[in-house]
Amino acid sequence: MYRIVSRYFVDRNAKYLVLVCASISFIILAAIAIFTLREGLPAFQQVGWIDFIFGTEWRPTLDKFGIAPMIVGSLAVTLGAMILAIPLGVGCAVLLAEVAPARVRNLLRPAVELLVGIPSVVYGLVGMLLVVPVVRQIGGTGYSVAAGAIVLMAMVLPTIISISEDSIRTVPRRYKEGSLALGATHWQTIRHVLIPAARSGIVASIILGIGRAIGEAMAMIMVIGNAVQIPASLLDSTRTLAGGIAVEITYAGGLHENALFAIGVVLFILIMIINSFALIAMRRGREHT
Amino acid sequence: MHAKATHKLAIVLIWGSGFITVLILFLIIGYVLARGLPEIGWDFLFTAPKGGLSGEGGISTTIVATVYLIALTLAILVVPGVGAAIYLSEYAKDNWLTRIIRYGVETLAGVPSIVFGLFGFVLFVTALHFRFSLLSGALTLVCLLLPTLIRTSEEALKAVPRGHREAALALGSTKWQAIWHVVLPAALPGIITGFILCIGRIVGETACLYVTMGGSSAMPTSLFSGGRTLSLHLFYLSMETNAFEKAMATGAVLIIIVLIVNTITNWISYRFQARMRGGA
Repeated sequence: MYRIVSRYFVDRNAKYLVLVCASISFIILAAIAIFTLREGLPAFQQVGWIDFIFGTEWRPTLDKFGIAPMIVGSLAVTLGAMILAIPLGVGCAVLLAEVAPARVRNLLRPAVELLVGIPSVVYGLVGMLLVVPVVRQIGGTGYSVAAGAIVLMAMVLPTIISISEDSIRTVPRRYKEGSLALGATHWQTIRHVLIPAARSGIVASIILGIGRAIGEAMAMIMVIGNAVQIPASLLDSTRTLAGGIAVEITYAGGLHENALFAIGVVLFILIMIINSFALIAMRRGREHT
Repeated sequence: MHAKATHKLAIVLIWGSGFITVLILFLIIGYVLARGLPEIGWDFLFTAPKGGLSGEGGISTTIVATVYLIALTLAILVVPGVGAAIYLSEYAKDNWLTRIIRYGVETLAGVPSIVFGLFGFVLFVTALHFRFSLLSGALTLVCLLLPTLIRTSEEALKAVPRGHREAALALGSTKWQAIWHVVLPAALPGIITGFILCIGRIVGETACLYVTMGGSSAMPTSLFSGGRTLSLHLFYLSMETNAFEKAMATGAVLIIIVLIVNTITNWISYRFQARMRGGA
């Protein structure tokens, strides 16, 4: 008798146990928001929201905390990386989804997966020893926006490739067949039928890539020199938001530490906005097909 | 009548982008292995780093710290991760609660590593007094990896054919018995793949550990001792010392680990898919 009672007892309670497990992610998300905001708030209050975000001077020793240079730095490397990565990534996605024979595909896809797995510090190290010296040949110290953009490009490529490929692949076959039957070349079909039909997925992949790029800290620290300044050219050193936190968090105290958490709040909000756009784009993509 | 010419040019460019992608990969892997492998030897793997600014010594303590961190993180991760996946795949109805849970998982997946680091720093290092330690690092990693494990495990559970569940229920098992004795074992290879993916992430992660583990190069002796993983060691070497050869060698070890992780996951998912096709 005991066992029979017991198995129904287990069955009834297991559901609640796994429900608790499932809620943990949301609880962590809320806790991250609350904790970073609570720690960052003093900085926002002391410096003022506007001065904090638009201020151009970052001098922790003088209690001057303006993060505009880091915002511009983040945007500059991200923009540079996306300009390089989008054509390359979408091209590669088209190759995988449409053009390449199965044998090439079976070699190329694991290669893309490998790019995902390589640790960001390895990207950073290769950037320091291969990319930075090349940029130095053109001018400056080499630790620059350009070096950061090139390293980030390699890091976001796999995101763009794999999600774009999936979305091109889910375009119904009849679209392609219809286009080819009307006499379009394969490229015309790709350009005017498949890519437009897969547009929301491709857009989502780009947005997710942007999110990844903005959040990257260590690899950026290693190749962009980390000077707090608005870069005037691609060869100038700069600092990103995520990198800025990591560079100073280990020795910061007092208001300085609060200011770094405040950067975390800005980064968190930025990523939330970016990711909601990506989710919306993905949903729209699913509705289309 | 440029259509044919444009077509040819476009196809060349498309192949070109694939070629460049592979070139980037080979450049990174080739460069790191070529410069790092010659440095790797018995001495390098089994002596402790000298620490400080010298950059001398090997990587033994960082290997141990990495292994401890992996074991600790996965041990804490298994119940909430697989539990959440079971809820989402077996119990969740299409209602507001499920939407909130899914929103949590999806959004958490996008939060940058350094923000997890800040969170771990306030909560685990400071508020809970775990200090800069393996435990703080592992708990932070658990937060970071939950979405990855939930997603892969949920996919594995959903891939188990309905018939398995129906057969178990028809034999008089409760829903939980069906899940525990039938669905979970059938999904196990997929769930294991999820864990191996997590191992890969742990090995490669730096930003959140940089803020929570302290970076001591001494041999970790308890949950509360600080430490540095291989990736962190590489970061310290290349930022604070001039020991680029040692950094390269550490990078080569990392690349080898990544290669092994990827091979194993590909192999398991290949076997898993073959079995699901044949066995259903």
